[in-house]
Amino acid sequence: MKVLVAVKRVIDFNVKPRVKMDGSGVDLANVKMSMNPFDEIAVEEAIRLKEKGVATEIVAVSIGPAKAQETLRTALAMGADRAILVQTDEEVEPLAVAKILAKIAEEEQPQMVILGKQAIDDDNNATGQMLAALLGWPQGTFASKIEIADVATVTREVDGGLETVKLNLPAVVTTDLRLNEPRYASLPNIMKAKSKPLVAKSPGDYGVEVARRLETLKVVEPVKRQAGITVGSVDDLVGKLKGLGIAK
Amino acid sequence: MSVLILVEHDGKSVKDATLATVTAATKLGEVHALVAGNNADGVAQSAAKIGGVSKVYVANAPALEHQLAEAVAPLIAKLMESHDAFVAPATTTGKNIAPRVAALLDVMQISDILSVEGPDTFTRPIYAGNAVATVRSKDTKKVITVRTTAFEKAAAEGGLASVETVDWSGDPGTSSFVSLEASESERPELTSAKIIVSGGRAFGSSEQFHSLLDPLADKLGAAVGASRAAVDAGYAPNDYQVGQTGKIVAPEVYIAIGISGAIQHLAGMKDSKTIIAINKDEEAPIFQVADIGLVGDLFKIVPELTKKL
Ligand SMILES: Cc1cc2nc3c(=O)[nH]c(=O)nc-3n(C[C@H](O)[C@H](O)[C@H](O)COP(=O)(O)OP(=O)(O)OC[C@H]3O[C@@H](n4cnc5c(N)ncnc54)[C@H](O)[C@@H]3O)c2cc1C
Ligand SMILES: Nc1ncnc2c1ncn2[C@@H]1O[C@H](COP(=O)(O)O)[C@@H](O)[C@H]1O
Repeated sequence: MKVLVAVKRVIDFNVKPRVKMDGSGVDLANVKMSMNPFDEIAVEEAIRLKEKGVATEIVAVSIGPAKAQETLRTALAMGADRAILVQTDEEVEPLAVAKILAKIAEEEQPQMVILGKQAIDDDNNATGQMLAALLGWPQGTFASKIEIADVATVTREVDGGLETVKLNLPAVVTTDLRLNEPRYASLPNIMKAKSKPLVAKSPGDYGVEVARRLETLKVVEPVKRQAGITVGSVDDLVGKLKGLGIAK
Repeated sequence: MSVLILVEHDGKSVKDATLATVTAATKLGEVHALVAGNNADGVAQSAAKIGGVSKVYVANAPALEHQLAEAVAPLIAKLMESHDAFVAPATTTGKNIAPRVAALLDVMQISDILSVEGPDTFTRPIYAGNAVATVRSKDTKKVITVRTTAFEKAAAEGGLASVETVDWSGDPGTSSFVSLEASESERPELTSAKIIVSGGRAFGSSEQFHSLLDPLADKLGAAVGASRAAVDAGYAPNDYQVGQTGKIVAPEVYIAIGISGAIQHLAGMKDSKTIIAINKDEEAPIFQVADIGLVGDLFKIVPELTKKL
């Protein structure tokens, strides 16, 4: 079966984001950018499905600026077979991303689309669920385990523990942190990835309007916490806890 | 404006996350609540008592029992024909269902709101809470999830809403529930606990995590949380994880022990009223947000602390 994976280029998770002075957003100039960590997990899972003989072809898709090519090359170096870049300089919202992915899914006819559960820049946690709705497919969100036979059995990380659901195929799955540990691309594979097919498209090719529905009016830093105090001993700490009324 | 909220429940009782959701929804307009489940009439009766709710819809069907998004989302989309906004808690249930509703309605969801600034204007955290965005929705109908720690809880008792049964037979049959491996605990639930003791990678093993933290939590009547590193290492189950991609908590007191304070962890607990940190590294970033810090070895400090409490 064919698997589609969605990968987003975002600020590297090790970078502390800085809010721009004029309140227009977060400063991304000269900031290290990487593949969204959850999407690395999505790519890794697709590769493992291929290694198990379940998946036959992996297509990686990114919607974003020309530089998102790098993100796709990373996916190809990890083991994806080919890539589609839907190029735009707009900041595309989950709803529009989902619409583009739905069109690509209609063209490509994959049996599964794997996305990250959340992009660590906008923290929306929405695209996979929206895609599933648009396609009328079932969804296995926040997956920590995927098993595929004639149906997909997905274990989900939920607030109360671990929930397992069965999904008819085709299905949409979104990844949680403990699904797998993504591999690093080896140097030979990075070289090989350079010649794997990557096609460039535009949102217009899919007839999708990317104008934002949610307008950002301003972006500010959260309220800073006051610097605290350091106590010198457990007895002092117990004293403080008594002061807070949580110890007798 | 008429607002439909999703009642979070386990088939028996209304979950606390619902109460903060009601408070957020009240700021938008008249609040109606949906209880989707199977044999959930009891839950509907409880939901009818929540202060600020004027009507409760209850839909009972086998496919709704486990709140599968494939079955619940079309039901909500149908009810949204007569409502202007849908509001759900940003719990795993709400996060699973709400975006599916949004896409069915062709609406861009407003995720994880911290405040309601106006009928179409909200604030929400981005970049793991390192920035707060004020956003305005241009959609005529709104689909919103609520960061429950950012809103007071509505009163669970005292309301007198009417209860209306909705017929529902729209299961698309594409998904089914298999099992829930619930993490059993006698302790308070993380998201509603007043005190949380949370442990990190420094504990070194599951045995040490539990033999050190559990007695301390018991003394304090606290819930136990964990960093991602501790969960990944298998010291604690996944639903203990506090952070950007785990649970968001804001207890009266949060005690972080052997946790470095990565931004992804801080994102989940920095709105706690008082933060206490115990770490052997005085440079650990956790001390930058801590109200009270104690520098030292947790293997010495935690047993002594438990004994002296
Ligand atoms: C996409 C993504 C999402 C993430 N989401 C989350 C999330 O939701 N929640 C989360 O927590 N993390 C999350 N992380 C991981 C996060 O970046 C950190 O790796 C993690 O929080 C580190 O956990 P830790 O503080 O327990 O471990 P470490 O960073 O290893 O810190 C251990 C600390 O213990 C101290 N220590 C060691 N020995 C002792 C001792 N004997 N006594 C006292 N102190 C001691 C050390 O000084 C150190 O500060 C995420 C990461 C990514 C990429
Ligand atoms: N611009 C994009 N390009 C490719 N994939 C995306 C894009 N935006 C979101 N996604 C996918 O959707 C997931 C969830 O994103 P979000 O709903 O924005 O939190 C991400 O982890 C990606 O897998």
